[in-house]
Amino acid sequence: MKQYADFMARAYTLELEATERYAQFAEQLETHNNREVAQLFRKLAEIEKLHAKRILDEMKWPSMPALPPAFAWDGAEGPETAPFDALHYLMQPWHALEIALRCELDAQKYFRQIADSSAPQKVRDAAREMAAEEAEHVRLIREWMARVPRPEAGWDEDPDPPRTNE
Amino acid sequence: MNAPAKATDFKSDYKPVWCPGCGDYSVLAAMTKALAMLELRPENVAVVSGIGCSSRIPAYTTCYGFHGVHGRALPAATGLKVARPELTVLVASGDGDGYSIGGNHFLHACRRNVDLTYIVMDNHVYGMTKGQPSPTTEPDWCSKLAPGGTGLREFHPLVIALASGANFIARAFSGDPNGCAALIAEAVRHPGFSFIEVLSPCVTFRPEQRAWKEKAHPAPVEYTDDPGRAARRLMTDDGFNIGVLYKGSRPVYAAAPAGGRPVVELEQAFRL
Repeated sequence: MKQYADFMARAYTLELEATERYAQFAEQLETHNNREVAQLFRKLAEIEKLHAKRILDEMKWPSMPALPPAFAWDGAEGPETAPFDALHYLMQPWHALEIALRCELDAQKYFRQIADSSAPQKVRDAAREMAAEEAEHVRLIREWMARVPRPEAGWDEDPDPPRTNE
Repeated sequence: MNAPAKATDFKSDYKPVWCPGCGDYSVLAAMTKALAMLELRPENVAVVSGIGCSSRIPAYTTCYGFHGVHGRALPAATGLKVARPELTVLVASGDGDGYSIGGNHFLHACRRNVDLTYIVMDNHVYGMTKGQPSPTTEPDWCSKLAPGGTGLREFHPLVIALASGANFIARAFSGDPNGCAALIAEAVRHPGFSFIEVLSPCVTFRPEQRAWKEKAHPAPVEYTDDPGRAARRLMTDDGFNIGVLYKGSRPVYAAAPAGGRPVVELEQAFRL
């Protein structure tokens, strides 16, 4: 993480991975006819895509730079990428926002750690700026969550479930 | 000269019908990323499968595809590769299709060592047919279809692959699609029969497999090219070591070059 360009490539990859996962989630829920949540994931994917594009524009990169190697993250995937298995076919918008909130908080933590590290000043400044942006996203998602109904107990109960095996 | 294909160029317009949260979505993403990493074009790749959730994959790619008979993906893929050696042939399967119905073909595909990449999405259950125990199901996994568990020890595909002659053995995890893509690319590059077992949770019938995220870890040691050492490692493996575990150098099977012995001569050789 010594160079500014390397940092920005990672930041770009982080946003791109988040975009891909949200788009994948939207597709999965469209197939399973949960259109409301699918639309929400589409919207989240678009937002992340805009963030990724802004990095490209800022760096004047014509396209994606060379990706950092696999296992470059602390975990298997970027800090803003939702876990692949986070979905349920009966999930509600509140659940989707809960997933997004967790991702934004993880991204904020990631950038904050870099801002507080011994990286070059330019990298720390950029990381501080991105951490502040993620904090703003956290605030917006919390506001959004307050506007959607919180799921009631038993939201995942299905009288005709796909997993009957008796 | 065509421009290099992107991962999205390998994805078809058909939307997968797997359950939301299924690990197979990530395997599909890893496969398409790997093909882009290898700078291949869809028209130079074939994806062959059998039957099961994982075997739907050919329809979701833009490559040549063959959704074959249950357990018979490997013989079909073997024939294709021998006839069209210039194609990169990926074979997709699951633990039921690959280790039970197609178990015998698995042994002999390893033994023949044709240049194929065999990707088995293992979720330790028959998901498509609603949750029956598969060859890799734990003996004590209790379900309505197997009350008290089967009591049968699990099949150990990696050890079997090594003993049968596979030239490349790896384990991947669908929760790490980037790592999985890198392993698939490495398997394709390695000559001969490459086998990748992908731990791919079934969130519907085995929801407890969500915990695999905490269990999967990079293999603590580099791969070996010594089959004896590999056998010891695989026999004591915890089932969650991720990475390349064995790379061999056995000669790859290839068809006789075109223009070999004339048919008349071959007929002579078979005359009683």
